[in-house]
Amino acid sequence: MKDNIILRIVAKMLIPLIILFALYVQFHGDYSPGGGFQAGIIFSSALILYRLIFGLEAGDKAIPRPVLKLIASLGVLLYTGTGVAALFMGGEFLNYSVLADTPVHGQHMGIILVELGVGFTVAATMLLIFDSFAGRPLTTQDAGIEKQHD
Amino acid sequence: MVGQHSVILMVVLPLLAAPVTALLPGGRSSWAIVMTVMALCLIMSLGILGDVISGSLIHYELGGWAPPWGIAYEIDGLNALMAVIISIVGTLVAIYAWYSVPADIPENKQPLFYAAYLLCFLGLLGMSMTGDIFNVFVFLEISSLATYALVGMGRNRQALTASFQYLILGTIGATFFLIGIGLAYAATGSLNMADLAIRLSESTHVQTIHTAFGFIFIGMALKAAVFPLHQWLPRAYTYAPITVSAFLAGTSTKVAAYVIARMVFTVFTPEYSRQTLFNELLMVLGAIAVIHGAVRSIGQTSIKPLLAWSSLSQIGYFMIGIGLLSATGLMATMIHIFNHALIKTTLFMAAGILLYQTGSLRIASLSGMGRHMPLTFAAIIIAGLSLIGVPGTVGFISKWYLVLAAVEQQAWWIVAVLVLGSAMAIIYVWKLIETLYFQPTTEPHDTGHIERTPALIIPTWTLAIACIYLGLDTGISVGAAEAAVNSLGLLSRP
Amino acid sequence: MIDYISSHWVSHYNYWATIVIMMIGLYTIISHTNLIKKIAGLNILQAGVFLMYISMGVVTDGTAPIAAEGFTIYSNPLPQVLMLTAIVVGVATTALAFAFVVRISETYHTVEEDELLFQDKLQSSEETEEW
Repeated sequence: MKDNIILRIVAKMLIPLIILFALYVQFHGDYSPGGGFQAGIIFSSALILYRLIFGLEAGDKAIPRPVLKLIASLGVLLYTGTGVAALFMGGEFLNYSVLADTPVHGQHMGIILVELGVGFTVAATMLLIFDSFAGRPLTTQDAGIEKQHD
Repeated sequence: MVGQHSVILMVVLPLLAAPVTALLPGGRSSWAIVMTVMALCLIMSLGILGDVISGSLIHYELGGWAPPWGIAYEIDGLNALMAVIISIVGTLVAIYAWYSVPADIPENKQPLFYAAYLLCFLGLLGMSMTGDIFNVFVFLEISSLATYALVGMGRNRQALTASFQYLILGTIGATFFLIGIGLAYAATGSLNMADLAIRLSESTHVQTIHTAFGFIFIGMALKAAVFPLHQWLPRAYTYAPITVSAFLAGTSTKVAAYVIARMVFTVFTPEYSRQTLFNELLMVLGAIAVIHGAVRSIGQTSIKPLLAWSSLSQIGYFMIGIGLLSATGLMATMIHIFNHALIKTTLFMAAGILLYQTGSLRIASLSGMGRHMPLTFAAIIIAGLSLIGVPGTVGFISKWYLVLAAVEQQAWWIVAVLVLGSAMAIIYVWKLIETLYFQPTTEPHDTGHIERTPALIIPTWTLAIACIYLGLDTGISVGAAEAAVNSLGLLSRP
Repeated sequence: MIDYISSHWVSHYNYWATIVIMMIGLYTIISHTNLIKKIAGLNILQAGVFLMYISMGVVTDGTAPIAAEGFTIYSNPLPQVLMLTAIVVGVATTALAFAFVVRISETYHTVEEDELLFQDKLQSSEETEEW
């Protein structure tokens, strides 16, 4: 689809905006509706749009697959790591209050870190899912999928 | 510090390890991580069980939020025993995996296999330890999703369809469970199990509660493979890699049975079950499962489906024990869950050794192999006798307690079912033993060097010895189950 | 009579909607042999449950549960949070299910359940069954 100039230009304009909105949803999530999961999905939708327009190879060049896997795993580690850090600082697992000098600051820091972890994982996982399905080599046998007789 | 936090660490450690495992390049390094995590979890679970038996209930609030607003982990004897069972099976299967995973899973998939294994393990642990009913659903889905992936890694292509079928049915079950939680929340406004128990007994929304209970039970019964909802289990166990079959047979349906027990005894009180005649339903379903599972087991021509159908028969015993609604009945169920985890894991592990030696699990093609593989065969005999319930093995104790519980309530038909089920177990176990030992070797196989692989024989024999030892020294399992039942503290004799 | 109907049936119309949607989903799962349609049915079933939870948390005249000046009545946020979790789980389940469908179609060259069963039966009667 990269020969279509309208698609290309519009996508180039849209993708930064989508990413910006994802970041807004991510970092404003502790005051307003939003948070890591929604932000991650929006972020990945920008990159999926990029893949749809410019092809999987270009997308893979932008963020290679091993990096995606790393980000997905790091997100989970960030989430659990925050919980364990609270544990080491004397609170219960995921008790953010002990993370900073005052409980309010601690809660802020904790929720941002945890949501960041969620955002990383969701965005990377969505892209990985898309890549795994779209990158599957098409074979003639796949024609079987199109045969739906009911 | 660890002592206080070990409850949550048991769930968090596998969660920390799983992404790391998935990133590692090779199978051996992932295995090392899995082994370490499993061993640590086993130590922690034994510590928790020790604490609980000595009389202290553990209460842990996640994030410092007090229930009913926050998620709390409430550990009494029941949870602690389940955690120990899962950890023991998980650790031994991890040792077994040193040989079996490289044999079954391609090298590049091994890290992912171990990651899924850890996730399944943590989901089951979480289900059995949490005190929040929605948390049960979350952990149920974590363990289920990991299980579908694990089952789908089997080497036959039927593994894919078996796993897909399991996925559809499992998700319907989980969704039903979710509806039940929603209705219970609508009736009470709480998700904490202890809080729910109080509010449900005070609530006036009788219809909502009935519906909630129905959905919760059907959802969990699907995961536990209670009689009419068991169709996914034989195929899933048959086509899964042997490592996965051994782990699932020892843990997954047991945890679901535990959740049913928890619902019946803690959340909805035993009186509620008695009023709604739910206990009768459980006993009838359990009795049908015992007979039906045994009959189908006798008809199998291959070891794995034979063991899977026999598992279904054993799930029937769990349901009968819960349905008796007495302290003895629950105790019998807990002991039987523990014993059956030992027995079935042993049998699947031994079956795995046969498979790796001969390349087949069809009973006919294994004739005479028992004479060439004495170690494996002896383990099968011990576990088989335990399955029947011969005195001196663990299986006898749990069936003895089940009979006691049934006699206590003069439920003679239950006693008859128990005896009949055991008699049928003799037939299918004998079928295995006869072919393996008494028939002449028909097909030439290489004989007996694989069964000396330490990674295979050590976990198998640890479990087999446990089957005998715990059968003779009844103090350990009965003591633990007694503590489990006592810690519930609400059991009045009928 | 009319009172009864309006208080028990009409005022709980969200439950009726839930039940209808769920039954559509369940029926799709049961009646279709195509695996992809089964997954679609599963998603419809789950959507019914999401609807049930969210409509359950609605408070009459309440706003969205965001702290803001001038609003004192707001919907119960907890069911919404629970459904966020359930939606995540649903996404994961669907992705896994589709992954299985892709692999099934690669090995069996079909995604119709009856044809899959037929092929399995054919295979087990032709070859000696290993398991």
